Amino acid sequence: MWILLLVPFIGLLWVPFYNFTDPALFGFPVFYWYQLAWVPITSLLIWLVYRSRAHDDA
Amino acid sequence: MSGQIEWVALSVFIFFFALVTVMGFLAARWKSGAIGADLDEWGLGGRQFGIWITWFLVGGDFYTAYTVIAVPALVYAVGAYGFFALPYTIIVYPFVFAVMPMLWKTAHANGHVTAADVVHGAYNSRALELAVAITGIIATMPYIALQLVGMSAVIHTMGLSGDLPIVAAFIILALYTYSSGLRAPALIAFVKDTMIYIVVLVAVVIVPAKLGGYGAVFAAADQAFAAKGGATGLILKDSQMLAYATLALGSAFAAFMYPHTLTGVFASNSADTIRKNAILLPAYTLLLGLIALLGYMAYAAHIKVDTPNEMVPVLFKTLFPSWFAGFAFSAIAIGALVPAAVMSIGAANLFTRNVWKTYLDPSISHAGEASVAKITSLVVKVGALAFTLFLPVQYALDLQLLGGLWILQTFPALVFGLYTRWFRAGGLLAGWAVGILWGSWTAWSNGLKPIATLSLGGATYSFYVGLGALILNIVVAVIVTAVVAWISPAEDRSVAVRS
Repeated sequence: MWILLLVPFIGLLWVPFYNFTDPALFGFPVFYWYQLAWVPITSLLIWLVYRSRAHDDA
Repeated sequence: MSGQIEWVALSVFIFFFALVTVMGFLAARWKSGAIGADLDEWGLGGRQFGIWITWFLVGGDFYTAYTVIAVPALVYAVGAYGFFALPYTIIVYPFVFAVMPMLWKTAHANGHVTAADVVHGAYNSRALELAVAITGIIATMPYIALQLVGMSAVIHTMGLSGDLPIVAAFIILALYTYSSGLRAPALIAFVKDTMIYIVVLVAVVIVPAKLGGYGAVFAAADQAFAAKGGATGLILKDSQMLAYATLALGSAFAAFMYPHTLTGVFASNSADTIRKNAILLPAYTLLLGLIALLGYMAYAAHIKVDTPNEMVPVLFKTLFPSWFAGFAFSAIAIGALVPAAVMSIGAANLFTRNVWKTYLDPSISHAGEASVAKITSLVVKVGALAFTLFLPVQYALDLQLLGGLWILQTFPALVFGLYTRWFRAGGLLAGWAVGILWGSWTAWSNGLKPIATLSLGGATYSFYVGLGALILNIVVAVIVTAVVAWISPAEDRSVAVRS
């Protein structure tokens, strides 16, 4: 599950994947809505890793 | 920018400033043990902050007033490229989730207060400890100065001229930080962050509604960039993409090497608090992404400013009624107080634990540590104030940029030791020195730009200097460690204590 933590790095650091304007969403070009979408996605991925890990006492 | 005094805005501003001042002084009694009794109390708030206090505190000092002013200013000036702050403040959280709980556990088990304490605990090297401490202190100073720049931008927009208001605000800040320690910014952060959320949510709904929707906002910016030309635009030029990605990655690795962010980590009550915050803190990043868009709204609203840093305050003043502009200005100014307080506390902790105690007074008592740190926090703030009053703002900007590069070079010393015992202090110290020297020299020779360019086989690659320096740093650390381990494999390493 820890591999999920690497997904946002790939999704955001591979810039050619999202460096264009169309299709726009609510007036936002792809470059903007795509990166903003990674905020909740990243939270979700970290939460999944958090849930799956063996709990320690700290 | 010395127009008429905006009385309504100013009254709202003074009300909120007075409110947080009272809170700052009362904070000394909040969840208190004996403040002044030891550095854990003054400098880490008693190491007892739970999920919500940590969320407000780290959110409050990571997303600073300077961010609210400078990120939209950069987006206003260059467009898409200024948005690297968004991927940066997203990918920082998987990193925080994976690494910072380990760091917290080590610090907690051994009573460490600073990054340099942790490094000394891992490698038992005074030289490496000092290198990490000095880097932290020097990288933090210009950052504090920039908070003042953010604050003076809003004060000037309200029509107050001269340095007196900023001096007065800073003296008040210095006094309650002195008496309450980390509890003051932790408590004030609740007010600050709530205000910032209100301002930004209102701004991102009301402003586009007034300007004809987000489509119109982006179209106005696109037109302006087309007229402006150069390396600007709504999306990146091909040549900017590597720079964008490396700036985001390098900044993400640097972010939690700073004394102020680490102070938030060390002050929390458990490793789990930090993990849950890695899940919850991205809420601020969403806010930051929306704040950055203010840079485009300025085009749609036809704002004209002398310097980009005035863009956000002038936008609010133009589009909002005076009372709400005053509320927004208070949010930004209080947004400067929280990080400035935490930064001065982080720097003071480093100086006290890793310079004063190590070199001047090894037998210092716990109470003695606290009083040295309190006085140091005053000195640090006066220094930052003098810096902004007597030197050009550009110096603070340049130094803050170099500071990010420098603090990133402490990454191997601080982080690698959490996972492996292989590295030697000599190797990490050599890597640190090479990274700092190469990075500073490269940035300097490019006219203090954070981007270096490399030619390989006819193609040129532009990337963030700090990340290049970090790679060099790690390579040198590996080579020197291998050589040292080969020469003296039997070095007694049992002194290094691990949890």
